[in-house]
Formats: sequence, C-alpha cells, structure tokens
Amino acid sequence: MLGTTSLTAETIIQSLASGLLMGLLYGLIAVGLALIFGLMDVVNFAHGEFLMIAMYATFFLFAFFAVDPLLSAPLVAAALFVFGAVVYLLIVRFAVRAKANAGMVQIFSTFGLAIVMRGLAQFFFTPDYRSVTHSWLGGRTISVAGIFLPVPQLAGAMVAIAAFVGLYFFINRTDFGRALEATREDAGAVALVGIDKNRVFALGWGLGAALVGLAGAIMATFFYIYPDVGASFALIAYVTVALGGFGSVFGAFAGGIIVGLVEATTALILPPSLKSVGIYAVYLLVVFIRPRGLFGSI
Amino acid sequence: MMDKNFAQRRRRDLVIAAAFAVVAALVPLFVKDVYVQNIMVLTLMYAALSQSWNILSGYCGQISLGHALYFGIGAYTTALLFTKFGVLPWFGMLGGGLISAAIAMALGYPCFRLRGHYFVIATIVIAEIALLLFQNWNWAGAALGIDIPVRHDSWLTFQFTRSKLPYFYFALVLAAIAWLVTWWLEDSKWGYWWRAVKDNPDAAESLGVVVFNSKMGAAAVSAFLTAVGGSFYAQFVSYIDPESVMGFQFSLLMALPAVLGGIGTLWGPVLGAVILIPLTELTRSFIGGSGRGVDLIVYGTLIVLISLARPEGLVGLFSRRRKEAVR
Repeated sequence: MLGTTSLTAETIIQSLASGLLMGLLYGLIAVGLALIFGLMDVVNFAHGEFLMIAMYATFFLFAFFAVDPLLSAPLVAAALFVFGAVVYLLIVRFAVRAKANAGMVQIFSTFGLAIVMRGLAQFFFTPDYRSVTHSWLGGRTISVAGIFLPVPQLAGAMVAIAAFVGLYFFINRTDFGRALEATREDAGAVALVGIDKNRVFALGWGLGAALVGLAGAIMATFFYIYPDVGASFALIAYVTVALGGFGSVFGAFAGGIIVGLVEATTALILPPSLKSVGIYAVYLLVVFIRPRGLFGSI
Repeated sequence: MMDKNFAQRRRRDLVIAAAFAVVAALVPLFVKDVYVQNIMVLTLMYAALSQSWNILSGYCGQISLGHALYFGIGAYTTALLFTKFGVLPWFGMLGGGLISAAIAMALGYPCFRLRGHYFVIATIVIAEIALLLFQNWNWAGAALGIDIPVRHDSWLTFQFTRSKLPYFYFALVLAAIAWLVTWWLEDSKWGYWWRAVKDNPDAAESLGVVVFNSKMGAAAVSAFLTAVGGSFYAQFVSYIDPESVMGFQFSLLMALPAVLGGIGTLWGPVLGAVILIPLTELTRSFIGGSGRGVDLIVYGTLIVLISLARPEGLVGLFSRRRKEAVR
C-alpha cells in the first residue's frame, strides 16, 4: 500500500528533514521522563499531562497578556519546575516508600494524577480545542536548499539541542548535577555526605518537568491544545525513552531522533493514520534484539 | 504452604465465594432499577476481567498494560462472525478466546525475554498497533466500528433488549468462572511456579521451574478469559469500535480493580471491582453529567489516595492472614 505522495528523492529528503525536526522535539519531551527514571527508577505516567499544562500555560499567557510563546517558554519552564518539585513532594515521595508492589503503586499514583489533571483541565479550561492563533514562529516556513522547513518545528529543534547541551553541562559541571549523579548511583550513601536525598529528587522532578515545559511552550505554536492532548505524546515519550534505553539521558535524545525519522518514513509508505505503527514496530524490533534498548544500562 | 491452615483457608474462600454468588444472584429480584442493574453487570464484568488480568500480571508478575488487545479481539471476533457470517455469539466467544490465547502465546514468545518497563511498554505498543490496524481496517468497520443488529430476545443469539437480567446472570457466571479458575490455579503446580517466577525468575529457573513455559501458560489462560469478557461486552452494548474496546485507557481500567483491591490475591480483583466500578459509574452520572470533568477529578484523586495509602491493596484491610498467603 502506497501513501498519497509519490516517492521522489525530493519528497523523501523533505519528510526526513521534517522528521528530524519533530524527532528532536520528541527527544526534548522524552528527556525529562528519562532524567526522572534514571534518577529514581520511577516512570511518570502523568508526563503527557505535564506537557498539556505547559501548552495551556503558554496559550493563556498568549491569550490574556499577548506574550509570544517564544518569550513565555522560560516562564513556563520555570512554572513547570515548581510544579514537578511539588508533585514529587506531595505524591511521588510517598509512592516510592511503598513496601509492597512498589512498581504498581508508582504507575497508578502517577496515572491517578494524570486523570485528576485532565479533569481539572476540563473543569477550568473546558474540552474546547484552543490554539495560539498568531505568533512570531507560527505558520512560517523557510526554504533551505529547496527543502521547506516549518519555522515552529525548526525553533523547537534548536531549543531541544540547546536544552540537551545545557543539560549535559548541568549534569557534568555543576554541584547539583554531581549530587544528581551521586544520588542516582547510590541514594543511601549520599545521605552520609550530607546530601538530602529528598531535595535532590525534588529538584530532579523539577528539572524533568521544566524540560517538558519547554517542549510544551514550543508545541503550543503548532498543535491544538485540549485536555487530552498529552496522552498521545506521552506514549511516544515512553517508547522514545525505552528505545534509547532506560537510565540513559543521551539515549532519550537519540531515541527521539530515531522516532521522528521512523515516523516520517512510515508516513511515506503507509497511510498517515498508521504513522505511529512504524515507531512501535521499531521499538519492538530493537528490544527483541537488544532487551535493554539501544544505550540502556539496566 | 501445604499445611492445614492453608487447606482450611481455601475451603473457607470457596464457601464465602459461594455465599457471595448466591446473594448476588438474588439481588436483581429486589433491585428492579435498570440503571442499578446496568452498574451491577459492569461490576461483575470488570471483576471477571481484572481477575483474568491478575493471573498473568498479579500471580506471574508479568505486568501487562495491553490487555485491551485480547478484550478487543474477543469483542471483534464475536461481532464480525455474527454480522458477516451469521455465526452465533457462543461460537464467537469460544473462537475469540482461542484466537486470543494463541496470539498471547505467539507474542509471549519474543516478549517474555523482556523485563520490567521494557515488557510493560511492549504490551502497550502491541495493543496500540492492533488498535491502529483495526481503525484502518475497512472490512471490520474501521474507526466507526460495528453495529450489531438486534433481532429478537433470545439466548441463542445472546441478545436481550427488554431486560438486563440475562446479561447480569451471564456476567455473574463469568466472574465466578474467573474466580474459580484463579482459586484452582492458586494451589496447582502452575500457581507455585508463577509465584516463584514473580519473586525471582533466576532462582526459579535454577530450581527447575520452566520459567518460559509457565509465563506462556499464564498468558494463554489470562488472554482466553479476557477475550470471553470482550465477547460478552460486544453482546451487552451491541456496538463496538476500536477505541472503546482496544484503547490504552481500557487496559488500565482492567488492571485498576486488581491493583487497588490487591494485586496477586484471590479477592483483590473482586473487592476492587465492587468498590471502584459503582463509584466510577455514580460519579460519572451524578457529577460528570455537566461534562466538566469533576468525575475525573474525584476518580483520579481516589486512585492516588488508595494506591499511596494501601500499596498492598484493600484486601489488606480485611485480614492479616491474606497478606501471608500472598507471600
């Protein structure tokens, strides 16, 4: 079965280019999830809802205060940082203490949070579809060597790359980053050198949420915003992290790029409604051959 | 574990279950309200589904968040055989169950090598692939799904428009069968193998437990029963579409009663369903009618609170001995 577009070298390069841009954004969405998992082995099932509230925050800053998403991105990331830390302190801190069924408790306490967040979004924002109707980035394309690149996705990709570089230096060059690494290696031992484990975890959750907040702000410029918007991106984020390998932040970045490229390639071959099938099939193929994902350590 | 207390407990469980079943069977004689009967049917259905899920995920420890796949296959097999070929739902139910069990084993072959989150995500994406394929499968109604034509009330075609009671009694039988299968398996060779596999697969292997085969067995039984539940659901609502029977949300909803009631326990799924399903339905119709998400807020808060306050499940509230039995 062939897609609607005919396969010429040009269309292939065109879709790979947009797949790469989208893939970098997927990587940015997933890296927060990977960071939190790497730190404390917890998968946040409300990650998609974190993305959703970041998109709403961007939308309302635009609608009420006419702040362009590009300017509000740091604000949204900061707000999400606080939100992520609060979620850790109020919910996850207790979930990881569970003596029985720790895995299920983590899944379902964060899943419950996801449902609450969706309910709150419906309650306060109504189920209506919103969009940022005009922004500095929105609706523009630029042409590089005959390939058309949508400006919002291009900006998103650059923000993603900048965030990865920043994250790399942050983890490797700052005290907090070292505390993060140390806590991840041995949460018990760090207490002996005076590091408060809970504080590090809270900051880790804050950082993970801030990264997805950044992604949400950019995505608000080219996606509809509604209470359930997070669900589809969350699944892609889980697959991205697992594909790259749990425990590897770099893996999430690489996984995002692969997912973006695979999605674009699948959309060339299969009808667009089946584009996610390619992502899922590649995930299965990879873990059947390498059960720890591409760069996973556990 | 083979001591007298254990044998006594098993006999007592059987007596309690029989008493529950008899009481449940009598309830519709006094409760004539169709809305309430509808909730009771759903409660029993979820008890059966969650019990089936619990066999693979609770007892054997292979957490599946893709059981909607088997539910959907059961629903679609019945609906397609009936609407396209006029095959009676009873055969569809059996066929759907067998197909699901076969698929579970075929998928288990590569998937059971995976551990932890890699396995969980594999179950999610496999169900998701099936969902997307069904949404694009025109012969099977694509995203619009299948409307099962209702001819006349009959046990032969398992369709009833005038009364919910036949569905109620069938759901009761289904829940009882799922419970009995679990009860029987708990004390069988398989039950011990599964708990060994769940606790420590490497140790189990070294002690001669055939880890791979016992996972396959759990998957087949679990998938078969789940698919029968799906067939029942298709007849009960007489309209199915991919999202409503194969969506990811449904996989979570199936797991939820067992998780909140007590994962890997005999009574957990029943208790979880009896508390959760009426609550879900009541919040949905009394405060969810406004379409403003209050039902979701209440429901989600409840899930967070129960899972944090009772990690071992609500069964822990009822007996201390139950907890020992889990170990």
